[in-house]
Amino acid sequence: MTGRKFLTGRLRGDGLALAAAGAWTAEHARVLEPLIDAATRRGSVRHVAIDMARVERIDTYGAWLLERALRVWSEQGCEARVTGLSAGYRGLFEKVHAAAHELTPESSRPHSVTVTLESVGRTMSSVGDDMFLLFQVAGSMIMAFLRVLMRPVTFRFTPTVRHLERVAWNAVPIIVLITLLIGAILAQQGIFHFRQFGADIYVVDMIGVLVLREVGVLIVCIMVAGRSGSAYTAELGSMKMREEIDALRIMGFDPVEVLVLPRIVALMIAVPILTFLGSMAALYGGGLVAWLYGGIEPEIFLARLHESISVKSFAVGMIKAPFMALVIGLVACMEGLKVEGSAESLGAKTTDSVVKSIFLVIVLDGAFAIFFASIGI
Amino acid sequence: MAPVETVIRVRDLVVDLQTHRILNGVNLDLMRGEILGFVGASGAGKSVLTRTIIGLLPKRHGLIEVFGVDLEKADEKEKRAVDRRWGVLFQQGALFSSLTAGKNVEFPIREYLGLSDRLTREIAIGKLEMVGLKPDVYREHPSNLSGGMVKRVALARALALDPEILFLDEPTSGLDPISAGEFDQLILTLQQTLNISVLMVTHDLDSLHRACDRIAVLGDGKIIEAGTMDRMLASQHPWLKAYFHGVRAHTDWQVAVKG
Repeated sequence: MTGRKFLTGRLRGDGLALAAAGAWTAEHARVLEPLIDAATRRGSVRHVAIDMARVERIDTYGAWLLERALRVWSEQGCEARVTGLSAGYRGLFEKVHAAAHELTPESSRPHSVTVTLESVGRTMSSVGDDMFLLFQVAGSMIMAFLRVLMRPVTFRFTPTVRHLERVAWNAVPIIVLITLLIGAILAQQGIFHFRQFGADIYVVDMIGVLVLREVGVLIVCIMVAGRSGSAYTAELGSMKMREEIDALRIMGFDPVEVLVLPRIVALMIAVPILTFLGSMAALYGGGLVAWLYGGIEPEIFLARLHESISVKSFAVGMIKAPFMALVIGLVACMEGLKVEGSAESLGAKTTDSVVKSIFLVIVLDGAFAIFFASIGI
Repeated sequence: MAPVETVIRVRDLVVDLQTHRILNGVNLDLMRGEILGFVGASGAGKSVLTRTIIGLLPKRHGLIEVFGVDLEKADEKEKRAVDRRWGVLFQQGALFSSLTAGKNVEFPIREYLGLSDRLTREIAIGKLEMVGLKPDVYREHPSNLSGGMVKRVALARALALDPEILFLDEPTSGLDPISAGEFDQLILTLQQTLNISVLMVTHDLDSLHRACDRIAVLGDGKIIEAGTMDRMLASQHPWLKAYFHGVRAHTDWQVAVKG
């Protein structure tokens, strides 16, 4: 097709005679557009005649380009005539002629400062809405829990066990591996720096307290938020998208009781178990590095650990676990129930779920630290 | 205007899904400029056949020729050229939910043609208007559109590159009878203005009657019968009799068909 002239023109006084040829189709639209635009820009033309007789094929692209040129000419007050158009294309031209091909202008675009302020305001009010919704989900979950307590037969035992398998049993290998590595890294760093003061042995104290009180439960909660919280959000979100939650509701079931309660109960059982396993793995990893890298024999490590930590340190970590599980579960379910129609919203809510639950877990950990400090543990 | 050129030729097509043989020796022709209605019991493999033709499912053996190109032997470039010449309307519309309606229609135009932004937008709006939507739908996200509008936007996207073949998978399912009627009319208008060939999977007896030039019936993994509506109505095959003369069929068709 290269080299073939699609449009040739001849200027005669105030009249322009154009002859079109070739295939005026989608694949040539890129070449055609500038040719036609150039033709419409020849000023001081009063009459235009376009001969389409030698055009082989026209589709909507060619038809629109011709129509667009005709509109420009009629705006310039120039009389345009199309001849030689095959009768078979009449329907196509009528369709193209009837369409506007233009958007109605958008209602005045607001100033960028206003847009920024508006988005800040919306974010702030959405934080408030989030808190409200979180308490709402928590409240309806407590109500569901109380209802189940009154009639324990209605508790959904099988789904709870299934969720427990997913969030606890299946999570064990990765949680143990990660906490083992964290414990090992803590020990290595501690030994490396404490050695300068000849205080190697205090590494055991540090690992013991740090792991049991803080790191074990935090690492496990962050892992669970990323692994199980996101799964909860995605599951509930896609159920919401496919109207499964509405279906439950109209059948007279409470979605919170059927879907949310088993998931959160499973999470509240799973996180303490995982925290225990994770803490033990971190201590093991720390002990291993202390022995291989720091030269602290296992017997000495255990004896020192026995002296430095008490059941209290262990209890402080474990008490926090179910509360953090509750926060992760509530946020995950709340975000899942907020999903709207589109796939994009599902992705956004899953991200929100993980980010918010990790944030709240850390805030809660801080609150616990203040609480335990003030009661002197 | 007798249709002569065969745009799709399917011969002895066999398709398995896992261990089930879904299609077992299907022969089918689609002529240029015709609307072929494609019917069969639910689960007979209508969608499997269309998905196999457009290359989403692998075939066991058989021949599929589109515009005389054997898709199995075609190289990447030839395949892409064929892809450009057909449009598919999926059952649920399959609009990209992260893009606005307008950007959905523009997507194939941008990818294949590389036109100026202005022309791309004008064509996209024109396509939306062609399928009976207001230009302002261009700015809407698919999640804000009703089912019928989603189908229309999806049709506009299928038509974006002015394809020569259009695959429609149950285009009128889920639409009210008025919208379904308008949709049939739309397909007919498009066929007349753009001279496209249409392969339409449908269960809508009204669509079959009003829009289709020819009907092919799939059963037991084969084409049981293919031909005009009159031939379907006259057929003695038990399934066809049940389908076209069942409780849902209108008896005034025979009159209507003859005008």
